[in-house]
Amino acid sequence: MNAPVPGLKPTTYIGQDTPRANARRLLAGRGQYVDDMHLPRELHAAFVRSPHAHARITRLDLSKARQARGVFWCGTGHDVAAVVSPWVATLTHFKGLKSAPQYAVALDRATWQGEAVAVVVAQTRAQAEDAVQLVEVEYETLPAVTDMETALDATTPVIHPDLGDNLAFTRSLDTGGVGDVFAGAHLVVEDTFRFGRHTGVCLEPRAITADYDASEHQLTVYLANQAPHMMRDIFAKHLDMPESNVRVIARDIGGSFGIKVHVYPDEMAIVGIAKLLKRPIRYSADRLESMSTDIHAREHRVKARMAVDKDGRILAFDMEDLTGIGPYSVYPRTSAVEGNQVVNLTGGPYDFRHYIASLKVVFQNKTPTCQYRAVGHPIAVAVTEGLVDLAAQKLGMDPAQFRRLNLIPDDKYPYTSASGLKFEQLSHHACLDKLLKLMDYPKLRAEQAALRAKGIHRGIGLAALIEVTNPSALFYGVGGARISAQDGCTLRLEPTGWVTAITGVTEQGQGTEGMIAQVVASAVGIPVEHVRVITGDTDVTPYGGGTWASRAAGIGGEAALQASKELKSNILALAGAILKRDAAGLDLRQSQIVERATGEVLQPLSETARIGQYRPDTLPREFQPQLSVTRQYGQRDWPFVFTNGIQASYVEVDPDTGFTRLLKHWMVEDCGTIINPMLVDEQLRGGIAQGIGAAMLEEILYDADGNLKNATLADYLVPMAAEMPDMVFGHVETPTKSSELGAKGAGEAGTAGAPAAVMNAINDALAPFNARVTDQPFTPERLLKALGKV
Amino acid sequence: MDHLITVNLKVNGTDVTKSVEPRTHLVDFLRNELSLTGSHAGCEHGVCGACTVLVDGEIVRGCLTLACQLEGAHVQTVEGLTESGAIADLQTAFHQRNSLQCGYCTPGMLVCASALMDEHPQASREEIREYLSGNYCRCTGYEAIVDAIESTMKNRAAGKALAGEDA
Ligand code: FES
Ligand code: FES
Repeated sequence: MNAPVPGLKPTTYIGQDTPRANARRLLAGRGQYVDDMHLPRELHAAFVRSPHAHARITRLDLSKARQARGVFWCGTGHDVAAVVSPWVATLTHFKGLKSAPQYAVALDRATWQGEAVAVVVAQTRAQAEDAVQLVEVEYETLPAVTDMETALDATTPVIHPDLGDNLAFTRSLDTGGVGDVFAGAHLVVEDTFRFGRHTGVCLEPRAITADYDASEHQLTVYLANQAPHMMRDIFAKHLDMPESNVRVIARDIGGSFGIKVHVYPDEMAIVGIAKLLKRPIRYSADRLESMSTDIHAREHRVKARMAVDKDGRILAFDMEDLTGIGPYSVYPRTSAVEGNQVVNLTGGPYDFRHYIASLKVVFQNKTPTCQYRAVGHPIAVAVTEGLVDLAAQKLGMDPAQFRRLNLIPDDKYPYTSASGLKFEQLSHHACLDKLLKLMDYPKLRAEQAALRAKGIHRGIGLAALIEVTNPSALFYGVGGARISAQDGCTLRLEPTGWVTAITGVTEQGQGTEGMIAQVVASAVGIPVEHVRVITGDTDVTPYGGGTWASRAAGIGGEAALQASKELKSNILALAGAILKRDAAGLDLRQSQIVERATGEVLQPLSETARIGQYRPDTLPREFQPQLSVTRQYGQRDWPFVFTNGIQASYVEVDPDTGFTRLLKHWMVEDCGTIINPMLVDEQLRGGIAQGIGAAMLEEILYDADGNLKNATLADYLVPMAAEMPDMVFGHVETPTKSSELGAKGAGEAGTAGAPAAVMNAINDALAPFNARVTDQPFTPERLLKALGKV
Repeated sequence: MDHLITVNLKVNGTDVTKSVEPRTHLVDFLRNELSLTGSHAGCEHGVCGACTVLVDGEIVRGCLTLACQLEGAHVQTVEGLTESGAIADLQTAFHQRNSLQCGYCTPGMLVCASALMDEHPQASREEIREYLSGNYCRCTGYEAIVDAIESTMKNRAAGKALAGEDA
């Protein structure tokens, strides 16, 4: 008798460190970023930008530029406005949010330094940039509103007189009875926290090529953007074209982090000019333009207090946030979201019932601000965790113990926070336990104490956090934004037995394509190398929201899973028809049709697919194999599916120089089902590095007249390899029940918590000196000031 | 700028003769004249390292070097290093360790790392970080890049360099 053939078992890539699909060509220098691609007859655009923060244009003379070599066309704001209609970035769910009409190129007045006031189109980029120098513009400078603290004063000029004042948005929240709770509290801690305006500094500057074909009335836009379908809708609307005649293609993107998910006036101008001139027009921002026109973020000043009882239990938060957003709310997501998130998220990890908050969002003559990675979280987390550590210190309690006492218990879900957030199931305590173990907290405390005795000042900082992921339509859709709240995945079985996956979520380096390939390969039952993933083309992919708010894995992954299950069942039905067996008794494993019970191999998938494609004549007449499927998924159970986590930072401060050295960083987080642990860790790591940038280095500086003082990478410092600490990660997995996959997002938790952890570590190191810092970034100068040395 | 200068050089082993404007930077020359778009421009003032290439074996900033200065020089870019297989092991290590996200810094990182591995084949992690400190990466936080370089150095030292995955 022959020994039985060992049957094939089901295999999965979920939870595996599978190297990313579609990454090898980037390693070979074969990426296709927008600026790498050229079209026949293309022209290059360059912009004339306002050198003033606020100025009326009194004369604009393009005649010399028009004469310059290679120049094809020059235009003013009025010329561009003839083809691109203006927009006002408000949404109905932010009640009272106001903004003024914004034009692609300023009409008669510039409202921030860097706003485009004219545009030149020439045969080469160098010629266009040369001709920009020949455009003569005279300005009458107007008083600039720069300081958000005085933006609402009666004596401060109003940037948009039609709006009546400089208040863009205000919100207040009051659970009631908060004053009494504070009055009766055992301890009240309070502080003021300031956050430096900073920006995303994607290594690839923004880039666009727009191609208009008059014969078909077709606009094709190659754009570095996270949300191609959103942009298609917007281009169609503001160019007055049918949406179906607009195609947006987002190939490789050199970093985005929320920077490349907004409508930029210069990009709107480029599509308009392409339509006007009926030629492909291209434009890439240079670094100076990136620094002055990419959205900025996080200029906030928060005054906050927290009430605590005698046992160290948090009773209440009281928070007042002021933020400056530049001269316009940014289209279409608006600039109210960041401050709104700060109100929602403050106190988020903790179990308390009383909360009062107020938010003021004001206009200024600085670069517009909008959503950048972790939107509002880093502010809310720093405020919360700063007060938590202060309370622990005042009570003489260990900060880990204080958190243990106050974090929402893991068995208290579902839970509604004081600010009204709904949590399905979080794991703060499990994460805290794991973190303390991972970092060997008691040993680290002992080391810290021993070194302190020797005059070496180290500090340990903790920061618990929650993160908004997998948003429902409540994020934007309900307010009237045409931003898809769902996503789709189409799968096509190729005659070879390979599968092509086409998804609406997009890739900017997170590993979206790898994640989709792993889900599809696992759920269909084929090797991951047999999955081809296509993203970023509105003519090709299912309509969807794209990648933002940490939704690619949770929303796009679930759509891919459901499509995979459907395709697999179609494949098994086909195999059943071929093999004349009941499909219920079959399975697909490692590209083989097998008998479900034994794993015995019956037919290679390549043979099944071949017959399905080329020889349907051999199948029963009434059976039509379905070899392509599409499934859509929108998260409908919760407004957002929250994740949670906790970070720790270990630093050494030199009290003589004010320099801080980051020694190590830890994070334990819970993003539900982990599809690829390596990719998740790298999201956390990259996110933490950006948070460390905010905490230690990054701040856009303006003078009182609104001149941007550090718009180069030599002056605006970003984290480089030598300053970054090694990081250690741990995970707790609590899958969300809102989807079968159970995955939540992981893209922003690193950035959300790192500044708070670093701040608390620095303040822990400074504690013996009775010094404390709360203004980010924590530069040596600020530390020395806190130490009373300068 | 009517005045053009003719320059003869070698790029990735191939002789190239081109007339260039004196102001043309090497990175623009590679990208626009030779369609070698693997080298990127991230800052155009010498800070970010995205434009890093080898000129006669030394790493240089493509945005600070003028093409017309390179008469007789040999320029190597990520495309050339890829085709020759010189960094296949490093590229495989980057892929396995996910040492790239958006990939925009990656060609510059690879070129820089290949020079480091030639110059200091036993560099410590701190020395690797120090050597890379002129190459900005917004995505990764650098640690995975350091890991991949370190493991490639160890493998080379052990004389068992991995063959490129699909080379
Ligand atoms: S582009 Fe050359 S160093 Fe940044
Ligand atoms: S991988 Fe994106 S900048 Fe390095």
